[in-house]
Amino acid sequence: MARTLSFQQAINEALDQEMARDESVILMGEDIAGGQGAEGEMDAWGGVLGVTKGLHAKYGDRVMDTPISESAFIGAAIGAATSGLRPVVELMFNDFLGVCFDQIFNQAAKFRYMFGGKAETPVVIRTMIGAGFRAAAQHSQSLYSIFTHIPGLKCVVPSTPYDAKGLLIEAIRDNDPVIFFEHKKLYPLEGEVPQELYTIPFGEAEIVRDGEDVTIITLAEMVHESVKAAEAMAEDGVECEVIDLRTTSPLDQETLLDCVSATGRVVVVDEANPRCSLATDISALIAQNAFDALKAPIKMVTAPHTPVPFADNLEDLYKPNAEKIASAVREVMEYQTWEATASKN
Amino acid sequence: MKLAKSELLDAYSVMKTIREFEERVHVEFAAGEIPGFVHLYAGEEACAAGVCAHLSHEDYVASTHRGHGHCIAKGVDVHGMMAELFGRSTGLCGGKGGSMHVADLELGMMGANGIVGGGPPLVTGAALAVKRAGNGNVAVAFVGDGGSNQGTTFESLNLAKIWNLPAIFVVEDNGYAEATSSKWSIGAESNAERARGFGLHAVRVDGDDFFAVYEAAGEAVQRAREGGGPSLLDCQLNRYYGHFEGDAQTYRGLDEVKKHRADRDCIARFFKRVTETGELVESELAAIDHKVLELIENAVADAKSAPKPKAEELLTDVYVSY
Repeated sequence: MARTLSFQQAINEALDQEMARDESVILMGEDIAGGQGAEGEMDAWGGVLGVTKGLHAKYGDRVMDTPISESAFIGAAIGAATSGLRPVVELMFNDFLGVCFDQIFNQAAKFRYMFGGKAETPVVIRTMIGAGFRAAAQHSQSLYSIFTHIPGLKCVVPSTPYDAKGLLIEAIRDNDPVIFFEHKKLYPLEGEVPQELYTIPFGEAEIVRDGEDVTIITLAEMVHESVKAAEAMAEDGVECEVIDLRTTSPLDQETLLDCVSATGRVVVVDEANPRCSLATDISALIAQNAFDALKAPIKMVTAPHTPVPFADNLEDLYKPNAEKIASAVREVMEYQTWEATASKN
Repeated sequence: MKLAKSELLDAYSVMKTIREFEERVHVEFAAGEIPGFVHLYAGEEACAAGVCAHLSHEDYVASTHRGHGHCIAKGVDVHGMMAELFGRSTGLCGGKGGSMHVADLELGMMGANGIVGGGPPLVTGAALAVKRAGNGNVAVAFVGDGGSNQGTTFESLNLAKIWNLPAIFVVEDNGYAEATSSKWSIGAESNAERARGFGLHAVRVDGDDFFAVYEAAGEAVQRAREGGGPSLLDCQLNRYYGHFEGDAQTYRGLDEVKKHRADRDCIARFFKRVTETGELVESELAAIDHKVLELIENAVADAKSAPKPKAEELLTDVYVSY
């Protein structure tokens, strides 16, 4: 029987195996061991949600706790990356990028280009995204579109344990700065993960479900909601294809456009806020390059343009889910072109 | 610390090269030959020269937007620098960086930096890398008095201290962050005082005196190489030109720069001292002056005749997905 691991264990295993393989890989972050300078046990936390648990015991000072000082330690990871190390640094919640954004988008992202190709910055910044934890406005956002906007950064947003391991190993071996977004609701998700080291190339979306009527394009936790919606719609005789982007930069435009050209109907599902977002970006890409194939307007299912609310009923309303996705699928299926409406009358 | 004759000649050559580079850039910029934003280091040469005299190519330096001096003192090719300022394909960064982003990582020059306070976190990382490698190398962050007020600098001082890193922070307090006096903008008595608060070794240094900088930097670098942790040098010095080229400096006192140039110029002070002690003779220094002027002349001529980057260079050296 194939071995299963949780999403969280898959990330831990990728870090573990890469640290064992390559001495230059080090980890940095707030409480990624935990217990530094205190009287109790070391490696008390393994990160705020336990993702790096056990690695300090194995790798000692290659797993470095940092003070809550993101500008300095994210910058230090970037500086160390230009000086021979391959740091994997944890920025606990992606909401905290505001306090260290300069180091990511003005420094790491630009070195290779502005130094005329002579600099490499092999740093990975792991960070949590996602609503659904009742964690309110400053611990629940999904900000991958902000990073995707910036040339020089690569952005990875895995949805399964298998992808998390393969994409993280790829990220560690990549010579550009990579932002690796982990949806916190996915940590307990179990799935098949091979023991051996493997990589998944960036820029290859995965078609996780076949269907000829509608193409649902999505990422992260919303892949699972989209599959649920597709299964519900199948009972009504509508077959949805579901595409998991896996990386937003690079973006697998070819697969998206091929799929959309075949079905002619598109629903883009993105948990993030809707303006200047991944959903609008993909919609624009399709409108520019596959307009002739469209049988209905592109439909976006996203959060509203509000901060993430705290109250459970409001947060549930905020997040896209299988029902909202199914309803969007119905809309694009029921859409009648002007010509079709005219010929009926 | 006693300097050998060859070291004195090198120091003079570095300072003179920086000065002539900047004076010429001042002229070329005014003539419309150099595009963009340019921030000149003229007047501050003793600091870059005094610190970098202790460094090899294995040591790291991160600079500021006023970075030409640090690059030259770190041994970066002057021809490549000049061509970069002119935006030519023969520039160090292929014309894609410009004045504020001159870098040469092979020489440990991590780059000038367009962001005030951008360098200290990066240097903290470079210091971590050399510490892990256990090779006795060090990393130096230059920051201005403006950068000394940034949170990135404070955070880096703290991180360098708690990780006991071989890092040296050199504050170049030239009296003005853009158009604002450091006497007004720095609340503490001095940056040395602040750094002591973070637990660093820190000294205030006459930044116009090459020998004072050389001595203080020597102690800090040695301490770092021996595992003694980070230090800060708080260098008081003077900027001859404006924040950027084109800045009329109306915020400065009447004749402030003129007076400084006449009384405290770091190169003149070096010249006076080494000729008075007899360590060097005027003809040796004059020979350097001549060589430097020739170097700058050739660098400008080469830069002007070099081609601009090819159009396809727009899309290289970065992942392009659209």
